[in-house]
Amino acid sequence: MSTSAVRCERLTKRYGDLTAVDGLSLTVRRGECFGLLGPNGAGKTTTIEILEGLLTPDEGDVEVLGLRWGRDDDALRQRLGIQLQETRLAEKLSVEETLRLFRSFYRRGRTIDELLGIVELEAKRHSWVGKLSGGQRQRLAIACALAGAPDLLFLDEPTTGLDPQSRRQLWGVLERFRADGGTVVLTTHYMDEAEVLCDRVAVVDCGHVIAQGSPQELIAQFGTPKVVTHHGTLEDVFMALTGRHLRDD
Amino acid sequence: MTTDHPLIQLTLARLREFIREPEALFWTFIFPIVISVTLAAAFPGESSRPVRVGLVDSAAAEAVRSALAGDDGITIVEIAPDEELGALREGDVHIVVVAGEAPGDPPTYRFDPARDESRLARLAVDAALKRAAGRADPWQAREEPLVVPGSRYIDWLIPGILGMNIMSTGMWGVGFSIAQARLRKLLKLLAASPMRKSQYLLAQMMARLMFLLPEAAVPLGFGALVLGMPIAGSLGSIAAVCLIGALAFTALGLLTASRASTIEAISGILNLAMLPMWVLSGVFFSTANFPEVAQPFIQALPLTALNDALRAVILEGAKLSDIKGELGILGVWAVVPFGVALQLFRWR
Ligand SMILES: Nc1ncnc2c1ncn2[C@@H]1O[C@H](COP(=O)(O)OP(=O)(O)OP(=O)(O)O)[C@@H](O)[C@H]1O
Ligand SMILES: [Mg+2]
Repeated sequence: MSTSAVRCERLTKRYGDLTAVDGLSLTVRRGECFGLLGPNGAGKTTTIEILEGLLTPDEGDVEVLGLRWGRDDDALRQRLGIQLQETRLAEKLSVEETLRLFRSFYRRGRTIDELLGIVELEAKRHSWVGKLSGGQRQRLAIACALAGAPDLLFLDEPTTGLDPQSRRQLWGVLERFRADGGTVVLTTHYMDEAEVLCDRVAVVDCGHVIAQGSPQELIAQFGTPKVVTHHGTLEDVFMALTGRHLRDD
Repeated sequence: MTTDHPLIQLTLARLREFIREPEALFWTFIFPIVISVTLAAAFPGESSRPVRVGLVDSAAAEAVRSALAGDDGITIVEIAPDEELGALREGDVHIVVVAGEAPGDPPTYRFDPARDESRLARLAVDAALKRAAGRADPWQAREEPLVVPGSRYIDWLIPGILGMNIMSTGMWGVGFSIAQARLRKLLKLLAASPMRKSQYLLAQMMARLMFLLPEAAVPLGFGALVLGMPIAGSLGSIAAVCLIGALAFTALGLLTASRASTIEAISGILNLAMLPMWVLSGVFFSTANFPEVAQPFIQALPLTALNDALRAVILEGAKLSDIKGELGILGVWAVVPFGVALQLFRWR
């Protein structure tokens, strides 16, 4: 059995003239939290959706949990937990009903009570999804992703738009998931979040990985602090690596 | 199969969304009753509808008035000379009678012979005036008024309203909810889960069939109990016709929703598909009003087949074997769009 949770090589995905993912390779080890960083339009969502089996790459090779899309789809889907960047869950269903629905798709998994406990939504059990705050909805989306007790969790911008408190609550959820041996692949635009959560990150730009390693390695390598008095941060790395594009946009 | 089976959970989810949508409940259950009652009041049975005669006031008009006043079937409406055409056009009166100048001069009738009501009014007025002027009828036929059960307009209308409702709920209910789930990227998330895609589509159909029972029972029950509509056929046959009709329109709903990912797109496609059937398929007036050349097209429409089948069973007591043709048409409309929808369906 392969020791990597995700292994992909030379992934390419084109939309007409635009190459959204351009020869991207990366490896995610089992049990780690891996962050995909990069400016808007870098190709993070496209990459993650290829790994989730929602998009087929034009070229390249993907292996997830030692299995392959197109051959082991059923087995793979049972073992993945997925949260998408733009999904809005049905507003007129309650939290509990939504979880029950997602739980029913998996052969094994957590109970509704466990899921509510993990994301701290017990008090909202009977509320309609439409009545939840942004942070509560996001936690519900994560609970849906956790319903099948997945080995590997894909999260696309799970904390975008959340206040600091809700973000920390979500970090707690992910730490507990990892403590149980789960692997996480996430994208984020918050460098502090990546520094706290991720064992390793890949900085993606224009569809390929321009830097990869642990946050500390990247900071040591690229993060020359702009002000001498403070320590380098991942933010500095990100700006140093992709600043050209932020200006161009 | 426990309640945690995905098919049950998916069906429940759809049912819950439906019953928590007040507008959907209104359109499915209340609207058919409102429209039946309104139309029944606007078009009462032919016999109970009096002929409205416009009378232009003049010295000689008094004789006409007293001649017509004795007839129960005639209502006199006073109109000014310059209002005549307007009153005829608006249908306020069916005929205008202008009395002759001198007593004994014959009156003038003004009416539009192209209108059935006006021709009827002319016959009624003419007979009443001639009788008053002394016409001796050679004999008086013995009249035996019969009320043929199920022959009133409202009796004819209710099965059509039911058919129309089965169409709207099937197409809107299924089409709109799927397009919305696609728009919200919920379909994509479901496709990313281990859910079986066929179960999702099946659940949409099952949920739709579950509200078929109350949906058909409400207008039929209201028609039978409140409006006195006779139900000649067996309930089993009615249920079978409703079921196959609902399947056909659910399949059409799936087809219209197989690609649409905006509310504008799905509304446009649904209206485009349903509008011709509202007009052509004999909901409010008979398909016989349309020219012969259009009939093959009209008869092939699923709503025409459903309405014809419902009327045959409900009003004439037809058995399923008597309406094989209509059921066959509905069957084709259930199978072909479903197959095409499965080919076209987009999960993202
Ligand atoms: N369905 C599509 N059709 C055409 N172009 C697309 C499609 N999806 C994505 N793209 C393009 O591919 C590129 C990569 O998009 P992607 O969504 O992967 O970026 P991202 O890194 O997730 O950005 P963000 O941080 O804004 O979420 C963008 O230029 C985008 O416009
Ligand atoms: Mg993205």
